[in-house]
Order: sequence, then C-alpha cells, then structure tokens
Amino acid sequence: MSFLSYFISGVSLGAVYAIIALGYTMVYGIARMLNFAHGDVIMVGSFVIFTVVSTFGMNPFIGIAAGVLACTLLGVTVERIAYRPLREATSLAVLITAIGVSYFLQNVALLIFGSNAHQFTSVVSLPNLVLAGGNLTVSSTAIVTIISCIIIMIALTAFINKTKMGQAMLAVSEDRGAASLMGIDVNKTIAVTFAIGSALAAIAGALLCSAYPSLTPYTGSMPGIKAFTAAVFGGIGSIPGALIGGIVLGVIENLSKAYISSQLSDAIVFAVLIIVLLVRPTGILGRKINEKV
Amino acid sequence: MTKNKVRIQNAVTYGMVILFWVVIQVMDKTGHLTSLFKGLLVPLCMYAILAVSLNLTVGILGELSLGHAGFMCLGAFSGAFLTNCLETAVPSVGVRFFMALILGALVAGVFGLLIGIPVLRLKGDYLAIVTLAFGEIIKNLINVLYVGRDANGFHFSMKDTTSLGLDEETGVVLIKGAQGITGTPRAATFTIGILLLLLTLFIVLNLIHSRTGRAIMSIRDNRIAAESIGINITKYKLMAFSISAALAGMAGVLYAHSLSTLKASSDNFGYNKSILILVFVVLGGLGNMRGSIIAAMLLTALPELLRGLNDYRMLIYAIVLIVMTIFNSSPKAIELRSVVMSKLRGGAKKEVA
Repeated sequence: MSFLSYFISGVSLGAVYAIIALGYTMVYGIARMLNFAHGDVIMVGSFVIFTVVSTFGMNPFIGIAAGVLACTLLGVTVERIAYRPLREATSLAVLITAIGVSYFLQNVALLIFGSNAHQFTSVVSLPNLVLAGGNLTVSSTAIVTIISCIIIMIALTAFINKTKMGQAMLAVSEDRGAASLMGIDVNKTIAVTFAIGSALAAIAGALLCSAYPSLTPYTGSMPGIKAFTAAVFGGIGSIPGALIGGIVLGVIENLSKAYISSQLSDAIVFAVLIIVLLVRPTGILGRKINEKV
Repeated sequence: MTKNKVRIQNAVTYGMVILFWVVIQVMDKTGHLTSLFKGLLVPLCMYAILAVSLNLTVGILGELSLGHAGFMCLGAFSGAFLTNCLETAVPSVGVRFFMALILGALVAGVFGLLIGIPVLRLKGDYLAIVTLAFGEIIKNLINVLYVGRDANGFHFSMKDTTSLGLDEETGVVLIKGAQGITGTPRAATFTIGILLLLLTLFIVLNLIHSRTGRAIMSIRDNRIAAESIGINITKYKLMAFSISAALAGMAGVLYAHSLSTLKASSDNFGYNKSILILVFVVLGGLGNMRGSIIAAMLLTALPELLRGLNDYRMLIYAIVLIVMTIFNSSPKAIELRSVVMSKLRGGAKKEVA
C-alpha cells in the first residue's frame, strides 16, 4: 500500500511537471528558444496567489485567477521586451536574456518578499480520499492536480487542433518563414504562446505550492529545470511528450526518494534522462529530423 | 587572418592579463586595494579560466555545454583530497598544491572524455540538457560521498561517517558528504591564479591556431563537410571537450585552495554556476578568448562594486545582462550602431577635410 501511495504522489508531482513542461515545450516548438525564466514565472504566480489569498484573505479561486492574469501579462511583457528584439539573433543570445529575466524576477521577488520561506495555504480545501479501509490515503491536492493536468492537456490539444490560432501555432512551429508568407502574424502567434505557457505556469505554481507549501524567491527554479528535463525526455516540442515525460519523471523521483535515497533522487532522475536520450536522441516522442546535405 | 595578425592578437591578450597583474600589484603595494577587492582576485582568475575553457567548447567546438561546473567540482574535490591526503608525506604546501592542480585537471579531463563519448552524439539543446544532467549528478554524488583513511587504507561510503568503519585511533575522515572537505590550506594566490590563466590561454590559443584547432572549427561550421574531407569528428570533438573539462578542473583546484571548507552545494557547483560561466562566454563573444576574460572579470566584479547599493545590486546585474545582450545581438541595435558609427566617422572625416 505504501508503494501505491508513493506512486500516486509521484504521478501528482509528475502532473505538475507536465503542466510546467507544456510551457517549455510550446515556447521551444514555436519560438525555438529555451525560456530559462519559465521556472521563475511559476514563482511569481505563486507569490501573487499567496498575496491575494493569504494577505488579503480572498477566495482561492480569485487568487488563482489573479495569478493567471498576472503571469499572462508578465509572459507577454517579457516576450515583448527581452525576447522579441532578438528574434533574428543567435539562439544563445536569447538564452542569455532569458537568464537575465530569471535573475531579474528572482531579485524583484527577493526585494518584495524577502528570502524567508512563506507558508503557502493550499488552494485545495477538500477532504483527503481514504481508500482500502483506511490503508491508503490519497491527498485531495494530488487528485485535483492530476485532474487539472488531464483537463489542461485535453483543452490544449483541442485548442491547437480546432482553433485558427492553434493551427497558426502549428504552422509557425513547422516553418516560420512559410507561415508568415501565408499571412500568419508570427509575432502575435508567439506572444499568444507565451501567454498560454505563462498562464499554465501560474496554475502549476498554485498546485506545486499546495503540495509543497514552502514558498521562496527560488521556489520555481528547480521544478523549472526538472520540467525542462521532462520536456526533453518526452521529446521537446511535443505536447503528449510533455505529459509522458512529466509523469515518468515525477514517479521516478518520488519512488527513488522513498526507496533509494532522498539525496540521490535528483541524480537518479537525471541519470534516467541521460539513458533515455542515449537510446532515443530526440526524446520519447520527439520527431527525428533528417539532415540534408 | 595571417600569421602575423594572429601573433599580434595573441600578444595583446597575454599582455592584457600581465598588465592587469602589474596594475593590481602596484595598487596593492601602494595600498589602494580594499580587502573586499583582494578577496575577489582569486575568483576573478578562476572565472576567467572557466570562461576561456568553456569558450573552447561553446565557441570553438560549437556545442552548448551546461555542465561546466560539474567538471570544476570534480577538479576541486580531487585536488583538495590529494592536498589533504599527502599532508604528512609531502610537507610543502606549494608542492602539494602543484600536484593537486595536475591531478584535478587529469581527473576532470578523464571524466570529460568518459562523459563526452556518449554525450557528444547528441545535438544542440539535447546536448545542453544532458551536460546539465551530468553536472548535477556529479554534484549530487559528491554530496553523499564519504571517504576516510586509517592504517588499513581508504574506506568509502555513500551513507555516513560511521559506516566507513574506520579504525578509531588512526582513522581520519577526509570527505564528509555534504560537509565536504575541510582544512585545505589556502594556498591559492592572485599570482598563481594569473599564471594558471596564462597557461590556460597558452593552451587554448595554441590549440585554436593549430591544425587541430582548424579541424575543430570546421566541425562547428559544417559537420558534414568536415566529415566528407576525412576529419575524424568524434576524435576532435572529444579532444576539445576533454581539454575544456581539464582546464575547468584546474580552475576547480584553484577554487578549492582559496576556501578552507569546500562543499558540493548548489551555490558552488550547481547548474547556476555553469549558466553563469556561459553568460561570460556569450557576452564576451563566442570564440573570442580575450572577450571571455574581460566579461568574466567585469561581471564578477560588478556585483561586488555595486555592493553599496545592497539589495539592488543583483537586480541591476540582471538588467545589465538583458540590456547588454540586446545591444550586442539584436539586429536592430547592430544596425543602429553601424549607422551611428558611420555618422561619427563621416563627421570626423569632414573635420579633417
């Protein structure tokens, strides 16, 4: 039974990674850049929710709505100021501004909230689920996390396949030049991608901090890197890949924490990533790109 | 570039480092150095070495590596371990430090080779994330590593000090997991740092302007074309990667000998450190060693020089980073710059006329 409970909390952690990984994978697929600041957008979202819910004592739903709104605006602004001027520059230059944005967000949060950990009140106030005659308790946060992840995946897939904007995103990710020749506004498409990714980051932040309630300006950075790992693991640019990568990573992390060593769990996660990439160099669901001579 | 031009360029780079050393020495003798700045001198050299060595991988070989701190960590720990091990056998600190530098570079270089064999098959961002993963694995493993020594030889453990099973009288714990290595003599001085930086430059610049270096750069520019004219891709990639790792290991040994307690913490050897070094390389200019040194030194000194602004210094650092990158790389900024430059030049010509 304890295995099952570790497994479920692993899936729930993985679901959070998957939601964050979506942000990475969509931005990478469409703008071809590693948005290193994505993890810090999670942190900003969590702090906004924390302020609205704990400081002003509002309903958690209003908190999440405020967090999503703030992160969306943040994502679009960052894209406009720091990334758009470098659209035609080398990918390394954008990587550096992304790092700069990451430092910037961390330090703004540090100035406003200080370096001490804040206790995040869970946005989920449902009772825990007790199964198998009290032998297995599943936290309500885990259930809500997994359900939200499924809903987000379905909604996002529908958005991309059924709407004009979603099709435009696919087109831009296939070939930016051809897409703009077809009359697609590339800048707008990329801005929308950032908006969606950042909104998802706020939701991920709420779920992450509900499960692990200690909130500091550096809260987002390690989950950000793990989620990025998950995105690469599943095949960067692929939405189902982000889901698979996130869940596999979360389960491996939790099980190795429980059964092997809590200090080595990160090392094990990364080792699995390396092994997978050596066997499948573009991740589990990544497209193989043939090189033309 | 002709041979002469290369020689002049290299001489300028060496000269700049030596000039920096002279200026600091003069300032030190005349008492113009604050103790804060003195404490910064060894890290300045260390970061410059790290930036130059990473530039070999990123700028010359053209592969994005985010695991440079991992190699530095390997060098730091193997070097500090050696220095502490030989405390009784080799009494001279200088000799031990020298041996540690060689061992640190060797260990990091061998690991660079071992990691490079599987990793360099990958491309672009996949390579970046795998090197990041290796860096984190190295850091995590060293964090749980316990090594002790007694009359029976060395004991290793991944759990704690008691499970080492050391002999109570003669046993000494050398590496204490998350507490790291303590008691390393602080032998690293600014002069040694500058000498190591010059050595690094010598190795890297000579490599770049050799047949090997041109082969490495041809892989960067066009892998398929390079392969088709018979260049052994794997061999040259591994060569550049492991030399870069070995130099990072050497910088790690320098770092280890500037601290009394060496820990494999995230602050010291985490992926953030690797990213920091990458920032130096990119801002200094890919493939430009002199730029790497200048960027590493300026950006290391900047937060310290801004110390008067206390809480705002890292904020300013972040803004400087963003603005500098946009100014350096944005096509519009480059165009604007060239327009301004040509106007300035035009104006100057008119004045002459």
